[in-house]
Amino acid sequence: MSTREFVTFRIGDQTFGVSVSEIHDVFRPASMTPVPLSGADIAGVLNLRGRIVTAIDARSRLGLKSSVKTKSCQRLAIGVERGGESFGLIIDEIGDVVRIDESALEQNPVNLDATWSWVSRGVCRLDDRLLVIMDIDRMLAGSGAEEAAAA
Amino acid sequence: MDDLLSEFLTETAESLDVVDVELVRFESDPSNKATLNNIFRLVHTIKGTCGFIGLPRLESVAHAGETLLGKFRDGALPVTPQAVSLVLVSIDRIKLLLAHLAAEQVEPAGDDRDLIALLELAAEGGDALAPVAAPVVVVAEPVAEPQAEGEGKWDADQGRFLRPGEVSLADLEAAFMATEGPAEKPDVREAKPVLAALPDHDDEKKGSIGANTIRVNVGVLESLMTMVSELVLTRNQLMQMLRNSGDSEFKTPLQRLSGITAELQDAVMKTRMQPIGSAWKKLPRIVRDASQDLAKKIDLVMEGEGTELDRQVLELIKDPLTHMIRNSCDHGVEKPADRAAAGKPEMGTIRLRAYHQGGHIIVELGDDGAGLNTDRIRRKAVEKGVIDGVEAMAMTDAQIHRLIFAPGFSTAEKVTSISGRGVGMDVVKTNVEAIGGTIDLRSRQGAGATFIIKIPLTLAIVSALIVGVEDHRFALPQLSVLELVRTGQRCEHKIELINSSRVLRLRDRLLPLVSLAEVLNMIVDPVDQKQLSSIVVMQVGETRFGLIVDEVFDTEEIVVKPLSKRLGSMSEYSGATILGDGAVIMILDPNGISKSVANVDRSVERLLDEQAAASATHGASSAAAERTSMLLFTAGGEQPRACPLSLVTRLEELDASRFEATARGLVVQYRGRLMPLASAGGEIRRHGKQPVLVFSQGESVIGLVVDRILDIVEDVLDIQIGDESPGVLGSAVLKGVSTEIIDIGCFLTRADPRWAVATAQLETQRGRKRVLLIESHPFFRNLLGPVVTAAGYDVTIAKTPEEARARLESGGAFDVVLADADNPQAEISEGQNVIAMSSRTDTEAVPKSDRHALLEAIARAVRLGEAA
Repeated sequence: MSTREFVTFRIGDQTFGVSVSEIHDVFRPASMTPVPLSGADIAGVLNLRGRIVTAIDARSRLGLKSSVKTKSCQRLAIGVERGGESFGLIIDEIGDVVRIDESALEQNPVNLDATWSWVSRGVCRLDDRLLVIMDIDRMLAGSGAEEAAAA
Repeated sequence: MDDLLSEFLTETAESLDVVDVELVRFESDPSNKATLNNIFRLVHTIKGTCGFIGLPRLESVAHAGETLLGKFRDGALPVTPQAVSLVLVSIDRIKLLLAHLAAEQVEPAGDDRDLIALLELAAEGGDALAPVAAPVVVVAEPVAEPQAEGEGKWDADQGRFLRPGEVSLADLEAAFMATEGPAEKPDVREAKPVLAALPDHDDEKKGSIGANTIRVNVGVLESLMTMVSELVLTRNQLMQMLRNSGDSEFKTPLQRLSGITAELQDAVMKTRMQPIGSAWKKLPRIVRDASQDLAKKIDLVMEGEGTELDRQVLELIKDPLTHMIRNSCDHGVEKPADRAAAGKPEMGTIRLRAYHQGGHIIVELGDDGAGLNTDRIRRKAVEKGVIDGVEAMAMTDAQIHRLIFAPGFSTAEKVTSISGRGVGMDVVKTNVEAIGGTIDLRSRQGAGATFIIKIPLTLAIVSALIVGVEDHRFALPQLSVLELVRTGQRCEHKIELINSSRVLRLRDRLLPLVSLAEVLNMIVDPVDQKQLSSIVVMQVGETRFGLIVDEVFDTEEIVVKPLSKRLGSMSEYSGATILGDGAVIMILDPNGISKSVANVDRSVERLLDEQAAASATHGASSAAAERTSMLLFTAGGEQPRACPLSLVTRLEELDASRFEATARGLVVQYRGRLMPLASAGGEIRRHGKQPVLVFSQGESVIGLVVDRILDIVEDVLDIQIGDESPGVLGSAVLKGVSTEIIDIGCFLTRADPRWAVATAQLETQRGRKRVLLIESHPFFRNLLGPVVTAAGYDVTIAKTPEEARARLESGGAFDVVLADADNPQAEISEGQNVIAMSSRTDTEAVPKSDRHALLEAIARAVRLGEAA
């Protein structure tokens, strides 16, 4: 039985988990520059230690009320490196690292919203709450990829 | 790969490039000993090295080529194009072998006896100079051992007998001593790699090998560049902090750091620089081959080969340039016979020129050929759906020419091996724009076309203007910025409106304006309407426009970072950058922005779109009814007047002070000709801008002066006849306003009595064709009659089908019958000379409102009739 470590974080009322190995860092996005004409889920671009990071608004990506308007000092982002580019997924709160047995992962419930089941790899029952394991690639890819896959 | 081999490959490839250029030059000037000696020496070196590292196949080809060259050198053989072709073929063969060698690290199997035999035959003065284009015959047999010796001379240096025609090294040395050696370059910093040995330098300097150059891996230079870019960014950040903190002990060292950084940046940039001539090396050969294939005489003149630019940029413009050179050979320069007929020298010239201009490189590629065929491009563009007929009319010649850059546009009537393979000028344009450049063209009918490419010196660091709008900052590449204009209540410049399109009077022209906030779809607070704003005057290609921004900060050297793939699809941005204060800002793409201006530029188009949208909401009931596009204007009075848009060739705004009075009335110089002017009702003003509707027919042009152009309306046309005043066909209600529909033909004949005569003369050459027009609707009768007459046909009008039948029976031999498909009583008989026309656009019949289509249909019918 293999166990893996997952970083947990909260978006809206839901706790999500992403494998530790997929996360580059966690940072507070400061002075984000919005990009006019971009998709709703693009929060903007920002400078993280000399690199340009594209920030994705996780709330609007998941169809929740956007969090971008909340005070910038309270925002948190998960840094991910993909294909030579840096992304930041803006979340509400960062949680603990939990160790989960692969076998404890259950399939997505069938009544899950299409976007949610697209970005979810499965659900894990913790003692006090449910943990949705996030497919970070799909989360970052934007809704275009999702529609292409659905078609 | 073996170091020795890779060194050999690089060096030989460079030598071969030089040989290519030199040979073409040699062909045109066979008496030039220096060129021949240089070629001979290079080929000899290749042969020698091949022998040294054991490449027998390459060696034998090089040897045979050298033998032939030797005969040229000794004057034993005349230099003929065929012989030079043969040498070029052997150079190609060597390249082929080298390519295989580079990939597989061994020589391909097989031999080159075919080629060598030809070369040897040629060297003996035989005329077996048939072009050898056959590919390498790869026969799996052992490479023929160089056959031995016998009567050959013993060469002590090489330790073997000489082959027929081979020269001993000692002899060669003697030959070198006899010719002038490479001139020493005085300035060490000027020393360039062998690549820099360019055709336009003095012959004596040819092949001068810079002793103080080294080969550096490109990867090293690239990483140096990246690091310097980061260093520049950090420097900018530090300088920003210094400015904010005021006096500080860091000030002096920081300033020194800043200076050194700038110098370092310059130096590193220089290492990436290469003369543009190295991208042109292959061109003389391409032109030579193309001119032989196409049986044309073309001379390629290159100027400014020494102009240096970034290696990366250089690589990217190589292919577009090659493509354009081919195009010029194929489409630009005419056949010698056509040139002679046009009074031009048989030898066409393609001129390639490069020079610096304000931080950019301008590459001009011009030919003295036929120039672009405006009419053909216009027709083709409409055919291919690139533009529609209305747009085609409102466009200037220059705009029409630029359509060749539109995707999927290729005017070549036949596809040749040289060009016209579907990848047209649009690919060239895309490639040039991809490196932040612009491309434009000038063309004069009969005098040739010139393409102008403007490219940045480098891609990594660009100078940008930082502008602000609605608390956002953006970077605009300086390349496209012409000037800055401040506007506002107090200022000399004010933003004015033409039908909700913003324009600015700038010196002697009107500048279309777009607001950056609107282009980027940003929410503008209406309460906070700014009184003051700045306008960045930009130029993209030939399009000049003003971008309204709130603030202009300053210019900064920015390091362009590519956009994330998540954002990459937006044409408005070309990248992002980090400013000195650490903020990330987006770099605007002037090309993308200029697309938004197209709407302003062609407000006609937008008006039509609005009309189309409006009619869509009207529902399907009216859609089936007759709809005509009418141009609304005022002339002499406030009541709107209208004429069918399809009759108008162009809408112009001309300077009334340039109108000149002659005995026959007012004229104006228009596109190098005198254009008679007529008034559509009102007084013709003699100052300020005057809108003019331009009508053209064959060679003649007439301008109809109106007071104001109002709108273009597509509507159901219900003409109430009865108004008998001259020049007016009747009135109709358009857009809820009573509008006079004017009789264009009447005005035009009034302005120029030769209007009909001139066109008739054209026709008499072919014999006037008779056309019977059957049309029951008075409007179309009055509209089409003059149109067809003006095109040079003899028109008989029949009001009813009965009348038409009567005319046909009474012995009228008509070449073409125009039948009205809208009239249910009309029985249209089938026949090749009968054209059905309709005012509806949803039938197969020719639309009555489309003058071009109608005239084309008539011409087609006439041609068919003649052929029968």
